[in-house]
Amino acid sequence: MRLKPIAGIVLRQFYLMRGSPVRVLPMFAWVAIDIIVWGFMTRYLNSVSSGGINFVASLLGAVLLWDFFTRIMQGVTVGFLEDVWSRNFLNLFATPLAISEYLTGLVATSIATSLIGLVVMLVLATTVFGLSFFALGVMLIPFLLVLFLFGIALGILASAMVLRLGPASEWMVWPLPALLSPFAGVFYPLTTLPAWMQAVAHLLPPSYVFQDMRAIVTGQPYQLQGLWWGLALAVLELLLCAQLFVRVHRYAVRTGLLARYTAESIG
Amino acid sequence: MNDDAANERARPVVLAVEELCKSYGELRAVDHVSFSVHNREVVGLLGPNGAGKTTTINMVLGVLAPSSGGIRIAGVDLARERSRALARTNFAAVYATLPGNLTVAQNLRIFGLIYGVRALGRRVETLLHEFDLEGLRNTKCGVLSSGEQTRVALAKAMLNEPQLLLLDEPTASLDPSAAQLARARIRELATRGDCGILWTSHNMYEVQEVCDRVLFLSRGRILLAGDPKSLPREHGAGTLEELFINLAREPLSEAPAR
Repeated sequence: MRLKPIAGIVLRQFYLMRGSPVRVLPMFAWVAIDIIVWGFMTRYLNSVSSGGINFVASLLGAVLLWDFFTRIMQGVTVGFLEDVWSRNFLNLFATPLAISEYLTGLVATSIATSLIGLVVMLVLATTVFGLSFFALGVMLIPFLLVLFLFGIALGILASAMVLRLGPASEWMVWPLPALLSPFAGVFYPLTTLPAWMQAVAHLLPPSYVFQDMRAIVTGQPYQLQGLWWGLALAVLELLLCAQLFVRVHRYAVRTGLLARYTAESIG
Repeated sequence: MNDDAANERARPVVLAVEELCKSYGELRAVDHVSFSVHNREVVGLLGPNGAGKTTTINMVLGVLAPSSGGIRIAGVDLARERSRALARTNFAAVYATLPGNLTVAQNLRIFGLIYGVRALGRRVETLLHEFDLEGLRNTKCGVLSSGEQTRVALAKAMLNEPQLLLLDEPTASLDPSAAQLARARIRELATRGDCGILWTSHNMYEVQEVCDRVLFLSRGRILLAGDPKSLPREHGAGTLEELFINLAREPLSEAPAR
């Protein structure tokens, strides 16, 4: 992999954001609104609950981690969609750019944009609602790592879907995190779910993160083994999604889909 | 063989297309097409709509896989060493405008990085000057006129000083004056530069003015090849346009031999 082409992909996204406040605003506006809504919700729940449960740590912490994952996924997808919207595929893929360099560029962009969102969420949740996120200690690192890897995987999967099914399939991509959230047990233990949903949950790396996060904030023992399994799953699923993108790209080159990729011609 | 033809053949081949085929199910869009482009040569790829010109160009650009056959760009096999082969080429096409939400200079910088251009800042400045784009450097490409967009596309196509330049109807949306200037610029690139050009156009006047050699493509096959100035006479037509019309309407079985 060469650095210059990757820098080209990152620079393109940087120029787009620098010249457009409407692209910068969503990086922190929606996550900030989420933190505010859930912050007040947890305050209210704390005031009416009698069991001494700290909802700020369990619910608001879960919202923060889930939003981080969503931003990572959308960071990759939006970078890809920018090329769909500006009909840039022919210009890009008729160059020496390798698919791995293109995807690495999108991931690097996503890291930058989602870190901005993460900082805004942490500042709001800590200063306004008193969330002591660092109470998670060193476990915060593997939690973020698993969510980061799975967010990248889902972003690449979403991009492969749009490449294969056409620009109109964009509407199917945005709700993907919401579709997964009931299975991932963001706000409740997996034992709450019926058996078939638990089976699906065990294939989703975030479910291990939220299980352990709840254990830590409620002072219960957590299972490090489960988190390792989640990390291994995230790596495996990332590799599978990258492979899927490469296959879809090959299909698009073989069938002519890439050469005539426009909103009018497919989907 | 006269001296000009001998000189031309002595120049290195920058594009070698061998027995290229592309099928979509039963339809043969490109059918055993073979040709070459030499350094400092402008080759016109002509033919009616749907003849297979853009399909051929897309295969040379690596965005469409051939069903069979081979493509070598400056001696590098495109199928085996895609990145190395495409680093030696570039293109401009009327249907592949640069992202309209970025400025001229931003687009040139981004594609310069993607092509791995050395001393990029200097190269961008040179191209902005050469293509008379200095005043438009901070203008978004989406608001440029057709003529200006063509100049930007040509500047982008020259970023990596390609050995092979593919131009798919580069003057299609230009007024006669702007088209004449673009033709002169492209002709100059081929004359003084170190590249060969494959050019498609429906404008036969333009083809005669710019191209050293033309290939007539119809229903995916090359029907005729030769010098655009002498071909009409050799085939009993008054002009290149008349020859084009005759060939486009002729059944394949009755077409003249290559």
